Amino acid sequence: MHQEQCTTLTVLDNVPFGTVSGESLFFALRIERPEWADWQPGQFVMLRPEGWALDMMWARPFSICRVSKRDLVIFFQVVGRGTKRLAELKTGDKVVVWGPLGTPFAVEDKTPTLLLAGGIGIAPLVAYAQKHPQPWNLHMEFGHRMPLNCYPFESINERITAASHLERGPDDLAHFLDLIETSIKEYAESDGLVLACGPTPFLRAVQAFAAKHGARCQLSLENRMACGVGACLGCVTKTTDKMTAKGVAAGRAQACEHGPVFWADQIVLDED
Amino acid sequence: MNMNVTLPGSTGLQFKNPILTASGTFGYGVEFAPYGDLTSLGGIVVKGLSLEPRAGNPMPRIAETPCGMLNAVGLQNSGVETFITEKLPKLPTDELPVIANIYACDPAEFGELTAVLAAEKGIAAIEVNISCPNVREGGILFGQDATLAARVTEAVKKAAGDKPIIIKLSPNVTDITTIAKAVEGAGADVISCINTLSGMGVDIRTRKPLIANVIGGLSGPAIKPVALRCTHQVCKAVSIPVIGMGGIASAEDVLEFILVGAHAVQVGTSNFLRPDFSFRLVKELEQLMEKMNITDLEEFRGSLKL
Repeated sequence: MHQEQCTTLTVLDNVPFGTVSGESLFFALRIERPEWADWQPGQFVMLRPEGWALDMMWARPFSICRVSKRDLVIFFQVVGRGTKRLAELKTGDKVVVWGPLGTPFAVEDKTPTLLLAGGIGIAPLVAYAQKHPQPWNLHMEFGHRMPLNCYPFESINERITAASHLERGPDDLAHFLDLIETSIKEYAESDGLVLACGPTPFLRAVQAFAAKHGARCQLSLENRMACGVGACLGCVTKTTDKMTAKGVAAGRAQACEHGPVFWADQIVLDED
Repeated sequence: MNMNVTLPGSTGLQFKNPILTASGTFGYGVEFAPYGDLTSLGGIVVKGLSLEPRAGNPMPRIAETPCGMLNAVGLQNSGVETFITEKLPKLPTDELPVIANIYACDPAEFGELTAVLAAEKGIAAIEVNISCPNVREGGILFGQDATLAARVTEAVKKAAGDKPIIIKLSPNVTDITTIAKAVEGAGADVISCINTLSGMGVDIRTRKPLIANVIGGLSGPAIKPVALRCTHQVCKAVSIPVIGMGGIASAEDVLEFILVGAHAVQVGTSNFLRPDFSFRLVKELEQLMEKMNITDLEEFRGSLKL
């Protein structure tokens, strides 16, 4: 039974988080709550303002950051044409939303679970920490380049431990990568779970460490998408022979349908 | 009000309204089933099928452009057998005309593929892609050469049994009517036009093309005037029915294509505006016809005043 819906919803508010050189580039977009039966952290929505008319044809995919009784919150960073226009959204504007879409993160109540977030990739992991039945088993390492107040780091479930790492240059990055490798190794040794979301180079590093140390690891991808429902084949990722998902053929899997969360050993991250 | 469309000639093709979904933009239909009643559509044309599975082109494959998009997906599909065993049974083929879109590398393979599909009761017609700009071994060549286009048409027609065949034309030609007449002469039952326009995009910062294949197909409202011109020309040039498409994004657009002579239309890129787009469009067309006092589409069709 499918439960996805496409509805027009009203923007409640669009709150900037922090500033970068005086500019607001990070926003928490709060819209009225869609009538979903259920959703899982790691799933996403497609979102397209009605005001875009035909200029920009595609909706944009966003991880679900929070769903409460009143609202749905997504978190975004201004990176291109679409997100620049999204930053202009105001209270009362209408947006077309469809979801919840995609395959969520694995949840194992009692398993020590390491959350690795890079930049704006923190959004679905905020949701994960909030919804986890035994959050005391979670720990987050968060790497970021912009000031910490640009990200919803403070909104993370207080019952999990979390550390943030500002990356000012190559030395910081090397240090952060050492730290996550050490953590991944530890979690591998205790048969823990590693979940990561962030920029592709970051995911590639996590994937390599997970393979090296034999960690059970899932990665959430952010591929360019047009439809979000598995039809356009624009968001595919190459798969390895370990891919077990039903319906994956020809060594390609749609990130919207079979992902965005994949087991790290089942996909190949392209160089770009 | 009569929204029914009966294609003339021996095809026996009937649609309950003129709105079909275009190949490559509506998956295998099932992807969109949560968002509307598939049987409310005039028909669906499924993602391009080949004899063997194809991995398609490297990423990135799609890029958004003003009022449209570029794609070079490269006909990724899991092959015709998988379609027949896994996808087709999930479709309400008794109430919904399902048209199979096919691609092959030579006329013989086109024939072989057609024979496989011709045996399927659930397939209403076969649409032949002789115009995909995104595959290298032939692809567009068939659609750009009247003789080759006719040879493919003959091969498909011969293998199709009683299934109507629809030839999908490329706009990337000097004179689309030459190709249209050639495929009509070779036995095509219906023509659909147009496929995407050849185009490209670049990023001045990374100095890379927007899609890995460098060149891709442009679609969306940006190409609608070109599509309308092609549909108009083809409708005048041939006597077989024409299905028009290219950038349709409203009920008004649907009527524009019908006004220049199309029997039906296909909706492509607009399916990405929202997944229920085509379902809503059927209702919007009904409302528009009522508002404009159009009681019968056949009466309105081709009534362009020149």
